[in-house]
Amino acid sequence: MNPVHIVEGRAVPLGRSDVDTDQIIPSEWLKRVERTGFGRGLFSEWRDDPDFVLNQPDYQGAVILLAGPRFGTGSSREHAVWALMDYGFSAVIAPTFGDIFRNNSSKQGLVIVQLPPDDVNYLDNLVRETPSTVIVVDVERRVVEVPATGWSRDFPLDSTLRERLLNGWDDIGLTLRHVEDIASYETSRARFTLDGVFDPRGRARSEA
Amino acid sequence: MAGRTLYDKIYDAHLVAAPEGESALLYIDLHLVHEVTSPQAFDGLRLNHRTVRRPDRTLATADHNVPTDPLDVPVADPISRRQLEALDENCAEFGITLFPRGHENQGIVHVIGPELGVSQPGMTIVCGDSHTSTHGAFGALAFGIGTSEVEHVLATQTLPQSRAKTMAVTVEGSLPEGVGAKDVVLAIVGRLGTGGGAGYVIEYRGPVIESLSMEGRMTVCNMSIEAGARAGLVAPDETTFAYLRGRPGVPSGEEFDRLVDTWRELRTDPDATFDREVVIEGSALVPYMTWGTNPAHVVPVTGVVPSPDQFEDPTERANAERALDYMGLSAGVPLSDVPVDVVFIGSCTNSRIEDLRSAARVAARGRVAENVRALVVPGSHRVKKQAEAEGLDVIFKDAGFEWREPGCSMCLGMNPDQLTPGQRSASTSNRNFEGRQGRGGRTHLVSPEVAAATALVGRFATPSSLEEGR
Ligand code: SF4
Repeated sequence: MNPVHIVEGRAVPLGRSDVDTDQIIPSEWLKRVERTGFGRGLFSEWRDDPDFVLNQPDYQGAVILLAGPRFGTGSSREHAVWALMDYGFSAVIAPTFGDIFRNNSSKQGLVIVQLPPDDVNYLDNLVRETPSTVIVVDVERRVVEVPATGWSRDFPLDSTLRERLLNGWDDIGLTLRHVEDIASYETSRARFTLDGVFDPRGRARSEA
Repeated sequence: MAGRTLYDKIYDAHLVAAPEGESALLYIDLHLVHEVTSPQAFDGLRLNHRTVRRPDRTLATADHNVPTDPLDVPVADPISRRQLEALDENCAEFGITLFPRGHENQGIVHVIGPELGVSQPGMTIVCGDSHTSTHGAFGALAFGIGTSEVEHVLATQTLPQSRAKTMAVTVEGSLPEGVGAKDVVLAIVGRLGTGGGAGYVIEYRGPVIESLSMEGRMTVCNMSIEAGARAGLVAPDETTFAYLRGRPGVPSGEEFDRLVDTWRELRTDPDATFDREVVIEGSALVPYMTWGTNPAHVVPVTGVVPSPDQFEDPTERANAERALDYMGLSAGVPLSDVPVDVVFIGSCTNSRIEDLRSAARVAARGRVAENVRALVVPGSHRVKKQAEAEGLDVIFKDAGFEWREPGCSMCLGMNPDQLTPGQRSASTSNRNFEGRQGRGGRTHLVSPEVAAATALVGRFATPSSLEEGR
């Protein structure tokens, strides 16, 4: 993934709670075998409505998404993260997030900013009144700021993830540094294998 | 040393490395793969010249996309077809056992792992699908992962994974007649809310859970994710061992007995503590269904549509208002007055043989109402074959249900089995999100028994209301 230091720009006030991954990217989009092009599917059922916030000219080109509690609950589809990023978002600010969504975001460098509901409401109101408001998410300092008003809050970001975001490190590459530990675990403790369970055509040998 | 929970025991047993300042690395015993969340992961491997570390711990099936039409009908949707072909190609290239459409072992990934006996107590099991929690019914630590993590497991057979918090959900007493595993888990999700389990692994315990069959335990663990939890667990016991004995994935004879001896150790120590404990009284449970657009929107089937005013939290209230609007329901209406268009019996929550038996017992008592299209989609070819051997297919067909080929089907509407805008379904699946079963579709989650009764009546109904002639 690409390194992320700072996300800076305008924000879209989604103003909804419980935005599940089926809403973020409906399942018809999951048939694709590519990793790109999912931006068109983002919130696609809602985007048919001309009044939907993403369709409003004021919010075009925004890089931050503001949402209600439990954003990204539901399925494990990483496509939700790809869709948000492909559309142009680099950070999501909400009071709480689905666990798997949060994890998936961390693999792609989508910055997850968890703030108390009152703070999210403050930002939501602010960008509703003044859509041109610039919000800054500083990964290095773990701070969200509104330079125009001087408002600023720390947000939680685990130090391993912060390191990975700042350096754009590939998780697999990091893990492969422990390949000897993996090999020794496999020889000493790992027991299970599918070898011998199925024949080359996938039939269960024990039932042959 | 203080006692450890079952979760902690499995977690500790799989620690490969715990480097300073990094997430601990957990070994993965079994990786289940399906067509939807894997193509980009295999691409990633190729791009980085990596291989699959342990094809012998990886098993693939086609389920999300497959049509449920007769097998001689080709896959019509070219994009779905391409995705299924990509799975074939990837499994061939990387040496992974695959059950493609039509294979005798093919089925929904969370149905086939258990029925083949490859999901076993004490294992770590992952799959690019959130309902991987299902396998926790065997006392395995099983959880859903995203595509980047799929690639990570393919390449390294491990995952960075920090320790979760632990929650005990104890279901006391016993269940009333007509109340089953689906009702238990709907009650739990309703109680915890969709975010209540976030950050936790839940261990289900107590006399009600112990009395459940493996199928029932899988139904409960399956929906752990609906409460936001990463995984659900049930400690293995005689029911578990009896279920596994003789299945293809386990050894036979004395070797199996020795394995069982090690599995008996997989219990939470009596002096272990959980981060959170929830107790539910089993005898107070009734048949439940969902009324809204998230799985915590739960009411009794014999109840009424709730009013948004019942929600104190303004966010919840706004959410309830939007849900009622989307669902086309008004507060106060008895659900037994609400007509349905489609009944779907299937999905990794409720498509196992026991689910089909329960639904068939109800279906045998009448005919599908005229306003209703009713589908039965067995979870796997093995389930289908077993059901046919027992004559369940005939009971369903005689009652006017469609008897389909296995797959995820209308659970998520990736294949042609979808709701049309405004259609209302009673579904034995696990998610009632907006548009989940098709754009504009309205989903109500129910048990197999309630689904079957609803199909006969044409409105939401419990089997016991059939006797009353309603
Ligand atoms: S049946 Fe539904 S929930 Fe289960 S794996 Fe398939 S799509 Fe996911």
